[in-house]
Amino acid sequence: MNTIYLDNNATTKVAPEVIEEMIPYLSIFYGNPSSMHTFGGQLLKKIEEAREKVALLIGADPEEIIFTSGGTESDNTAIFSAAELYPTKKHIITTRVEHPAVRNFCKHLARRGYRITFLPVNNQGQLNIDDLLKAIDDDTLLVSVMFANNEVGNIFPIQEIGEILRERHILFHTDAVQAVGKIPIDLKKLPVDMLSLSGHKLHAPKGIGVLYIRKGTRFFPYIRGGHQEKGRRAGTENVPSIIGLGKACELAIQNINIEYNYISKLRDKLETSLIKLCPDVRINGDPQNRLPNTTNLSFEYIEGEAILLRMNEYGICASSGSACTSGSLEPSHVLRAMGVPFTAIHGSIRFSLSRYNTEEEIDKVIEILPGIVNDLRLLSPFGRDRLIRKH
Amino acid sequence: MWDYTDKVKEFFLNPKNIGEIDNPDAVGEVGSIICGDALRLTLKVDKETNRIIDARFQTFGCASAIASSSALTELIKGKTLDEALQISNQDIADFLGGLPKEKMHCSVMGREALEAAINNYKGIPTVVEEEGRVVCQCFNVTEEKIRKVAMENHLTTVDDITNYTKAGGGCGECKSEIEAILRDIWLIKKPEKLTKQKKLTNLQKIALIQEIIEKEIRPALQSDGGDIEIIDIEGNKVVIAMRGMCTGCVMSGVTIDSIQNKLREFVGEEITVEVQ
Repeated sequence: MNTIYLDNNATTKVAPEVIEEMIPYLSIFYGNPSSMHTFGGQLLKKIEEAREKVALLIGADPEEIIFTSGGTESDNTAIFSAAELYPTKKHIITTRVEHPAVRNFCKHLARRGYRITFLPVNNQGQLNIDDLLKAIDDDTLLVSVMFANNEVGNIFPIQEIGEILRERHILFHTDAVQAVGKIPIDLKKLPVDMLSLSGHKLHAPKGIGVLYIRKGTRFFPYIRGGHQEKGRRAGTENVPSIIGLGKACELAIQNINIEYNYISKLRDKLETSLIKLCPDVRINGDPQNRLPNTTNLSFEYIEGEAILLRMNEYGICASSGSACTSGSLEPSHVLRAMGVPFTAIHGSIRFSLSRYNTEEEIDKVIEILPGIVNDLRLLSPFGRDRLIRKH
Repeated sequence: MWDYTDKVKEFFLNPKNIGEIDNPDAVGEVGSIICGDALRLTLKVDKETNRIIDARFQTFGCASAIASSSALTELIKGKTLDEALQISNQDIADFLGGLPKEKMHCSVMGREALEAAINNYKGIPTVVEEEGRVVCQCFNVTEEKIRKVAMENHLTTVDDITNYTKAGGGCGECKSEIEAILRDIWLIKKPEKLTKQKKLTNLQKIALIQEIIEKEIRPALQSDGGDIEIIDIEGNKVVIAMRGMCTGCVMSGVTIDSIQNKLREFVGEEITVEVQ
């Protein structure tokens, strides 16, 4: 059975070109870049080449790029650095729909006496800029707003937020883990001070990420030790993954526009077909202003984990915001923040596509999923008529 | 991904007894779409013998909820109502080869639906959950339900309660209240599972002693700045060392007696405690 992988916001397949580029650095060139000898030291040049490729993808200068272990470390580092550098200020603004890498670090700081404002979103998952303006005060040291949401794909008004914050001299960090490689980002034009990205969301391996720090932005390291990354992030460099990330960024630069059109067309076909074939389905999020690869659909009257496991029998991989897929019993905080009714959150399924998905795969899902939905609805004690009768 | 047994997967993918009986003799409905789990059980009962001739279910929920519901119907078909009432949520889980601990609430839902259906058959009015004191607002779980499930399943921790009832699994604000209910239950009534132990193997005994010390004794000592360490367990002799504020405490004799009493109560009358 072939796997139909539609869970690319969780992780992506490492591109074959990336693997090919990495292999020599896992086998032949295994030196330590900090070594004095040529065998290790020559790798510094490769790291710098990768840094240039990453910088090019997001419109940054290479010296503004710090390699990290991934998106979570980048997010944590950005917030930690801001807090350390402005010890007299104790207020951070973020949103209710952030990834746990930002959300939980902010909650951690809240336990340390920081005041955290979690901005609300509307029923399409969008921010109201007035809420941000009202939240800012003299004590605000940092605003951290994600570039694009991992669950519903919404793209946030980063340009507008950045301009507001720049005028007020407040640091601005954006978690762009889901956006980089999927939509064009040009930090020459975007007023962002710090940006996080993660390799495994754009066809590079897991365990490699980047924190962009705009030139002139003060910075306080999170991981200390050796002098690597100009003392901004200690630890022996993950050379093969850095080189892999460089290649993945190069591929993204070459293909971003073609892929945008290709993937969004497949996504739209999947979405419109499922809505047509399955009654009582709703789209969660902002259908206009979102990533090209993501659709989050709620199948009313049935539960997400049951849908996922039935799809799993056909090799179809997706994810759900339902509580039953996690140990916490709490359904998706993103969908809850958007005010999606519980009846719909429980039956939510996120499909996230990549360049490797084909039209045949999408056709297969369109062929199989309505039957699964129908079967589970036959098992369910709920349905439109019954719910209307009950409430 | 949850580690479901093959039987859970089988009963989820190919559930038995799905649907609704026409003109059922009994209907049991529990859960709600808001809470994420709901089960509607319909029964056909032989009025002469009080035997369940047919049982069908409709479930809104995850794989283990569907499998538990289907398992329940298989377990009760052919049984008299009294026999069916003997089936516990643990029996449902056991029938399926076990459920992940976080999913035990699915088996509890099955047991509740069965009770509701039999009450319905007997004309006993259904107790509306909202009428009890709601402890967990997120999942609308009453104090009565927490007590009942804790006693039936010998649950002693808040995590256990969450796994079996969902209470405390949402915002978590009710956790301290659940803890208070548990303290109250086990002060009044000791866990049946622990006293019902018949003949324990050495390994079971050691595990039980460790569990009792961990859950029943250590927290109280730690709250006073003390602690306890198990040095050795030889047969019925438990050798301990007192730590922290308990070391050299003038009341240590009383403390050691109470530790011994606790172990005798939960593990066996023959237990003796010695201090190193």
